[in-house]
Amino acid sequence: MADATAAERDAPVLVLEGVHKSYGTTVITEVLRGIDLRVIPGELTAVTGPSGSGKSTMLNLIGLLDRPTSGKVFVAGEEATALDDAGLTRLRGTKIGFVFQFHHLLPGFSALENVMMPMTIASGRPRPWMHDKALALLDKVGLADRADARPSELSGGQQQRVAIARALAMDAPLILADEPTGNLDTETAGRVFELMRELNRTTRQAFVVVTHDPRLAERCDRVVRVVDGRIVSDGPPNGAAHG
Amino acid sequence: MPLEWYVAIRFLREGRMQTLLIVAGAAIGVAVMLFLSALMGGLAESLIAQTLGTQAHIVVRPVVEAARPQRTSTRDTLVMPRVERTAQRVRSIVGWQQVMRDVERAPGVVSVSPTVSGPVFAQRGDASKSVILLGIDPERFARIYPIRARLREGVYRPVGDSCVIGTELASDLGVSVGDKVRLSVVDGASDVFTVAGLFDLGNREVNRRWVLVSMRSAQTLLDLVGGVSAIDVTVDDVFAATTIAESLSARTGLVADSWMQTNAQLMVGLRSQSSSSNLIQVFVVLAVAMGIASVLIVSVVQKGKEIGILRAMGTSRRSVLVVFLLQGGIVGLLGSIVGVGLGMGLSVFFASLAVAADGSPLFPVHVSLALIARCTVVAVSTGLLSAVLPARRAARLDPAVAIRNG
Repeated sequence: MADATAAERDAPVLVLEGVHKSYGTTVITEVLRGIDLRVIPGELTAVTGPSGSGKSTMLNLIGLLDRPTSGKVFVAGEEATALDDAGLTRLRGTKIGFVFQFHHLLPGFSALENVMMPMTIASGRPRPWMHDKALALLDKVGLADRADARPSELSGGQQQRVAIARALAMDAPLILADEPTGNLDTETAGRVFELMRELNRTTRQAFVVVTHDPRLAERCDRVVRVVDGRIVSDGPPNGAAHG
Repeated sequence: MPLEWYVAIRFLREGRMQTLLIVAGAAIGVAVMLFLSALMGGLAESLIAQTLGTQAHIVVRPVVEAARPQRTSTRDTLVMPRVERTAQRVRSIVGWQQVMRDVERAPGVVSVSPTVSGPVFAQRGDASKSVILLGIDPERFARIYPIRARLREGVYRPVGDSCVIGTELASDLGVSVGDKVRLSVVDGASDVFTVAGLFDLGNREVNRRWVLVSMRSAQTLLDLVGGVSAIDVTVDDVFAATTIAESLSARTGLVADSWMQTNAQLMVGLRSQSSSSNLIQVFVVLAVAMGIASVLIVSVVQKGKEIGILRAMGTSRRSVLVVFLLQGGIVGLLGSIVGVGLGMGLSVFFASLAVAADGSPLFPVHVSLALIARCTVVAVSTGLLSAVLPARRAARLDPAVAIRNG
């Protein structure tokens, strides 16, 4: 019984099996050439690699925003590649949290409403309990006092912290972050990353972070380096990020 | 509030100036539609009211006499192919009491009035005028023509040797209430009547030509004892008059002419007026639709990134579609609310300009609830339909591309 619980706990939240992705019809460009990856709960994984190596494509496939040309993607035990568009949308909304490079908050909504949005989408309408949960999340990222501010009234670092709170709103087992600090100064970037690290430790949500920044990659549990659409190294930091 | 409403309202609030302009466009469209409809409706109503003020909705009369060509009995060969037209004389409806009861019971009929009418001369002193003698049942006649309300002098009492005439005829003959008038038929029969009252039915020709007397007097003068020459009918729906007339004709075997057939030219005029007004309204609706659609298409482009984020967070394509359809619908609804107010204001203002010499409005420009409902339905439907294209475009957006390019 205890083994089963442990097995369940350590069941991978993300599995990529032989994932290929090509673009074009006449001239075919193969961006990913057979990616195999497993991410377990609580893992903070950095995906690094030079520009054009296929990192973003990989993140889009993991985030179910795109479909692989071949291979399989499993998220929280469910085979995403077998789902239709509505199934993908549901899985994306409930099992994955996103943090984008340019925060991508909704400008017409306050910080609090932005954090409430994934819950509002899942529930079909805003409900009173969401308000409390969103406020608690903003408190966790140190922005409870700016709950009513519009994104345009917040600094870059604050916006990214709101985006992190929003990604955590659904208690999704997998959080994807695309260059989450790419748009911030070094000091703010460090603080934002530290916040993600801390949340990852306390919530045991798996984080997959695409980054160009070797110093951030060094601070992750695991660094996956992608070059020319293939994983060339995968392991603990120790210089792996530098390839 | 459902997600789609919540996001749609926020999107509209976010693009405040765009929303304001697009709502103003829709409002102007609705105002023009409402005003034009109210104006044309009022004009038509006034023309019809004027026409029907001196006409029955349906007149039932005997079948026109016509000579038939003579044919052989064995083969269908014409023996006397030349047929002279028959001169029409004043004839009675056979069994008119029974016919009147039948007509009265027919669906849609409100009231009936038998009349005996024929041409006579009205004379007083040297003055002689050709007029139409109308022998009537005063009560029934008053249910069809607004004669009591239009009585200008004296009393409405066309009984015995009294008659009621129009103001124009009174002026032509130089008579007033209490004076005597001689009415003579061409073949010589004549009688003297006392003018009991003068009416003004708003139609100069009627005021100059009609002489109302009792049925019995008219029957005697026109040599139609016990008979009536026509039955006037009013119906509950004036625009169904032709249909009802057809059914009355089939029911009685007599000729039944509706006011619409008698005034075919007026009807053509009204229809043309209504068609041109409808055409203008169609173009107004098209212009509004294109305005809403273009603003929403721009909005889809501007909000591409936001749509991508919403999709990434689990919003379905259907919800994105509904968000944009709702924006179109809300714009249409807001436009109709503002537009109805504007249109009503315009109507009141116009009605205050188009007044007769005595200060009364020339014609009613009234805005009915049905018209408001129609404008609102058209505006909201236009909004929704104009939003279809932008909404489908938004729903088809690839979230990854939208986020990257947004």
